[in-house]
Amino acid sequence: MQILKDQQLTDNTWKFLPDDAELPDEPINITVSLRRWLQEQEILKKYPGKLGIRLNPTDSVESVPVSIKNVQLIEINFPVFTDGRGFSLAKILRTQFNYEGEIRAVGEFMLDQIYYLSRVGVDSFALENQENLPDAMAMFNEFSDSYQTSVN
Amino acid sequence: MYQYNDKDQTLINERVAQFRRQTERFLKGELTEDQFRTLRLMNGLYIQTHAPMLRVAIPYGLLNSKQVRKLAEIARKYDKGYCHFSTRQNVQYNWPKLEAVPDILEELASVQMHAIQTSGNCLRNTTSDHLAGVAPDELEDPRPYCEIIRQWSTFHPEFAYLPRKFKIAVSASKTDRAATQFHDIGVHLVQNDSGQIGFKILAGGGLGRTPIIGQVIKPYLEKQHLLSYLEAILRIYNLYGRRDNKYKARIKILVKETGVEKFTEMVNAEWEKIKHGMEVSLSRYESMKTHFAPHPYNAVANQDSSLDAALSKNSEFATWLKFNTTDHKIDGYRAVFASLKAPDSPPGDVTHQQLDAIANLADDYSFGEIRTTHRQNLVFADVEKSNLFTLWQKMKALKLTTPNIGTITDMICCPGLDFCSLANAGSIGIAKQINDTFDNLDYVHDLGEIKINISGCMNGCAHQSVGNIGILGVDKKGVEWYQITLGGSSENDASIGDRLGPAVAKEKVVTAVKTILDVYIQHRHQEEPFLNTVKRIGITPFREKVYANP
Repeated sequence: MQILKDQQLTDNTWKFLPDDAELPDEPINITVSLRRWLQEQEILKKYPGKLGIRLNPTDSVESVPVSIKNVQLIEINFPVFTDGRGFSLAKILRTQFNYEGEIRAVGEFMLDQIYYLSRVGVDSFALENQENLPDAMAMFNEFSDSYQTSVN
Repeated sequence: MYQYNDKDQTLINERVAQFRRQTERFLKGELTEDQFRTLRLMNGLYIQTHAPMLRVAIPYGLLNSKQVRKLAEIARKYDKGYCHFSTRQNVQYNWPKLEAVPDILEELASVQMHAIQTSGNCLRNTTSDHLAGVAPDELEDPRPYCEIIRQWSTFHPEFAYLPRKFKIAVSASKTDRAATQFHDIGVHLVQNDSGQIGFKILAGGGLGRTPIIGQVIKPYLEKQHLLSYLEAILRIYNLYGRRDNKYKARIKILVKETGVEKFTEMVNAEWEKIKHGMEVSLSRYESMKTHFAPHPYNAVANQDSSLDAALSKNSEFATWLKFNTTDHKIDGYRAVFASLKAPDSPPGDVTHQQLDAIANLADDYSFGEIRTTHRQNLVFADVEKSNLFTLWQKMKALKLTTPNIGTITDMICCPGLDFCSLANAGSIGIAKQINDTFDNLDYVHDLGEIKINISGCMNGCAHQSVGNIGILGVDKKGVEWYQITLGGSSENDASIGDRLGPAVAKEKVVTAVKTILDVYIQHRHQEEPFLNTVKRIGITPFREKVYANP
């Protein structure tokens, strides 16, 4: 599967591990929910592959530890495209946690949200439908200027 | 007024192009109904009972004559020759074709207008005092601040998918003419003890199903922090506002359920984190103010004597002047209301012929500008005394001089069941009945200031809960009934009307209103306004009479 990263097509090297799934034997790159990340610190420390976190709209900012800064990937999940909490989460990660790693939008976001998402600090996009990748590429340039300062 | 620079123009042009692509993708089946709904709403496009409805933004209610002519042209070309001014100072077209909307938006963009964020769960058009810049009781012109808020809120990437819609109103005068206490955020210009101008910030007000009066969360905010404070409120709302139930999703519910103290703490904590780096510079304020500099007023306008002569000769003109004009901060000028409440037309509606003529009158008599009011009338804000008689004659020919501003027939009325897919009951029909019944101007004028607001459903677009007399249409097993409330106000003495009693049948509404007025006349002390009498004697005397003969 390919994703858009820094406005380029790139192969995805990460996999989300559902809360009820066991850690893989192979050291692949995985993301886990914030809940699992907080609860299974000791077990996860021993995992030989790379670890990322997936945030959901219901994850409160207060529960996100400062150490999140050190992960390579934070996925922001959009269970429905109308739930805009992910926009604020991304902005806060960039501006208050000073997170410099990859922030990836996953889930049911619309192509038409890519431009705003990129402006609040999301720099990669995993599309459910791979056929939309070419159209998605065009979304970064919908506007040539803006009234607000950008995170990127 | 504010003139677009290249950046403003580029942005709205790009928005038109974006919406054109989105409409094409929808028509080709590449966007789902749900996706397109969200996108079209953020471009002002509703799908209504009969046809789409397009709501065009009029930032803080200010238009120039060129824009008014464009509104007329759009009404002719794309609609049925008329349009409707809303309670948020915007304008609505009820019959455009979906495919034609991108073209309409392109036409609007050619005169620095748009329909951006006039609907949807996003930051809506910022509203203000329709007498901004000319009101004698004003601390400072609020419009430069409105425009700065407009720019900040336009295409704000973080706040386009809020739990629910979000409305900001700004007022700078002693009398609150912008209903700021019933907005998600109310911004008041205030002066502190050392004479500096800053803002008092209210949050959590709103109308609709659960009307709530906004509460002060920041008694004094220094000027430079305006945008960071708004951003902090919006971020807290975006993160914590309820998304499980659309009827509990407005910020008023968040403030109520969290408690205003805790909510304020949350906002202030967020604000502390972001305020540095988001300051609005003094030079930006100053340069914005130059867009709203006072007009070149005639310095000897107050020496006119023709007005007094005209007044003594023509009592109809004198009556109109008393009700439909108001004081101006410059001696020798008055602000003139064009009443869109003529007895034979739906409140707030205006034809393309009227619009064209209004544009000409604005050019001839009011520096080429027109304002819209939240009570659905228009204002020529800067008319010289010596021109009032001529202007009145010309407006009279256009049926814009019904001398009823602030009276019982100056009703706020939503489109109701006739046009709106949300409505449970008709509202225009009730307005018409009231007009037909109260057709004696002497009686109407004797009643004085009474605000009647009529909504066709609980969503309360006509703000019935803050009407001195509020009328709310409800559906009972397919039959239209109406709940009446008394004592509401959206001004300084903000209050939510009390329910008179059980809903009344459609044919009994006007009789009930008549009875209410009889009770008022019986109990009022001399010149006491209706609202004061209601507050003094309470609702019981009204209730007893209205329900005495079922």
